[in-house]
Amino acid sequence: MAPTRDEQHWMYRNMVTSRRFEETIAKIYFEGKTPAFNMANGPIPGEMHLSDGQEPVAVGVCAHLTPEDVVTATHRPHHQAIAKGVDLDKMAAEIFGKATGLSGGRGGHMHLFDADVNFACSGIIAQGMGPAVGAALSRKMQGKPGVAVAFVGEGAVNQGGWHEAMNLAAVWNLPFVCVIEDNAWGISVAKSAATAVPTNDVRAAAYGIPGERVEGNDPFAIYEAAGRAIARARAGEGPSLIEVETYRLAGHFMGDAEGYRPEGEKDGLFEKDPIPAMRARLLKDGAASEEQLATIETEAEARVEEAIKFARESVDPAPEDALTRVFAA
Amino acid sequence: MTKSNERKLTIARAMAEATAQEMRIDPSVFVMGEDIAALGGVYGNTRGLLDEFGPERIRDTPISETAFIGAAVGAAQDGMRPLVELMFVDFFGVCFDAIYNLMAKNIYFSGGNLKVPMVLMTSTGGGYSDGGQHSQCLYGTFAHLPGMKVVAPSNAYDAKGLMTAAMRDDGPVVYMYHKGLQGMGWLGTEAGATVHVPEESYTVEIGKAKVVREGREVSIVSVGMGVHNALKAAKKLEEKGVSAEVVDLVSLVPLDRETIRASVAKTGRLIVVDEDYHSYGLSGEVIASVTEHDISVLKAAPKRVAFPDVPIPYARVMEQFCLPNPDKIVAAWEEMGTLQPV
Repeated sequence: MAPTRDEQHWMYRNMVTSRRFEETIAKIYFEGKTPAFNMANGPIPGEMHLSDGQEPVAVGVCAHLTPEDVVTATHRPHHQAIAKGVDLDKMAAEIFGKATGLSGGRGGHMHLFDADVNFACSGIIAQGMGPAVGAALSRKMQGKPGVAVAFVGEGAVNQGGWHEAMNLAAVWNLPFVCVIEDNAWGISVAKSAATAVPTNDVRAAAYGIPGERVEGNDPFAIYEAAGRAIARARAGEGPSLIEVETYRLAGHFMGDAEGYRPEGEKDGLFEKDPIPAMRARLLKDGAASEEQLATIETEAEARVEEAIKFARESVDPAPEDALTRVFAA
Repeated sequence: MTKSNERKLTIARAMAEATAQEMRIDPSVFVMGEDIAALGGVYGNTRGLLDEFGPERIRDTPISETAFIGAAVGAAQDGMRPLVELMFVDFFGVCFDAIYNLMAKNIYFSGGNLKVPMVLMTSTGGGYSDGGQHSQCLYGTFAHLPGMKVVAPSNAYDAKGLMTAAMRDDGPVVYMYHKGLQGMGWLGTEAGATVHVPEESYTVEIGKAKVVREGREVSIVSVGMGVHNALKAAKKLEEKGVSAEVVDLVSLVPLDRETIRASVAKTGRLIVVDEDYHSYGLSGEVIASVTEHDISVLKAAPKRVAFPDVPIPYARVMEQFCLPNPDKIVAAWEEMGTLQPV
């Protein structure tokens, strides 16, 4: 089933919000890191993994989810967090390492946790799988509504933990969906050099569950595939596997020279940028007017500015707070 | 050595050079890991190897640590000498069975009939706000388990010699390099780690500590980045008229207890600096090496400057609050001065 007009607007709004957020973060990330780039410096230190280009996956899936559904994300989590409804102020503050951040600065950009919308991350490849399957198990055992979605990259499917979790979800018939964001690269290693099959939807056969591959980074096709899988999970019919072709428009991390990419690959990817493509499509379909889109864009930008302002103006945590919250209160 | 023939290398280049030299003379040596081929390793320690040796011997792997570290064990038992990389030591969680139930134990299980000549190199250390899954040292975790030698160089000279020694060892060696010493521009590097490195191949003995600064009143014992903090603290102490000796452990397994004991017997005081967690680890082991041997040499209770027992926080102010630094070492000395002799 195609997304409704409202859902289309919601999807576009979240894609734009995510992109503006990433662009702003990228700009600020270099503050204090020039001329000599040292990732320890500046208002946003550490590694930074941007999700530019991968927004369609997050919105196509999360359009079907409510706050009570569970999402586990990866080391590249911003687009997923935004689409799941993670508080943008607190998320920005966490990325700035501020006291007002989601975890008061303890986690950082690879460890965004927002219990209010059941969102969690792991910076270890494929390790969001087990917790998502466990959340699905918990819902089933408690008879509570809700499904669990684990987002992983295409590189994650070669982790033992990925296979184990898939099998467990299938053998226990859990309300679980694994969404593979196939951006073709695991840092510098191409998918073709790392994975024995060209597409991972076929792996679903190993678990006796439906597997689907969505080509072209198309938010509408992703929406439809995710809709089928999530409806199946909600109906108690068990887990599904979806692999989505998407594009990593940025490097693996900020500062990545990307010398491993074939020449011209990036130019081709920018031509396929999903945000202008979705904009053109909404106009062409008559799903949104130029004025409506401009309003969405202005509002998204304002929301991002507000969140970044909140983060910048927030105070640092007290250094000794590092020693707190280790054990449950 | 005159200035003109000094040849300063980063630890990353020293590791790659040792590997290349060994690969030229030993066809059984090969390298595998994530992003170690075209990229030359995230931390630069395999740079240039793909060009010289090709993809058969310089193998990028899928993100499958259990498989490729397990495969290294099998290959090592079958006549090869694999050098494998675990990109961040924090990633050990997904593959520890291959490491401690296979790599570490198969020599023993075979009654010594098998050799497991492999090197597991892995990056350690924080200080650049990479969060709690990308910043740990975990020295104690690896050193605790019997069957693996564990080394951790503090400078490029030792890095090259230890790498050559590790590749020639007939058993497994865990080679823990510190990101902050590696010489990667984007991480910032402790300048003291980039030192003269001879061009020819040589070994640094595994299991032998080094007194890197002589002193009379306190022994500061550490490894890796901690050695540089200790040296800086020793300078500050010197300004206060205190003579500090600095011991670089170089290896954690075997631990050179003799050198530690000899130093403390001379100075009578011991501070251990450890970027790994405070409890159940390296710092306690070093102190026990002294106290269980001869407690009478101590003029004061030993001190440790280690990472507190909390996951590594992201926010800069919190992480820096937790990390060892020269001022904390000086403070430890000052607290020690106020204590009654044992």
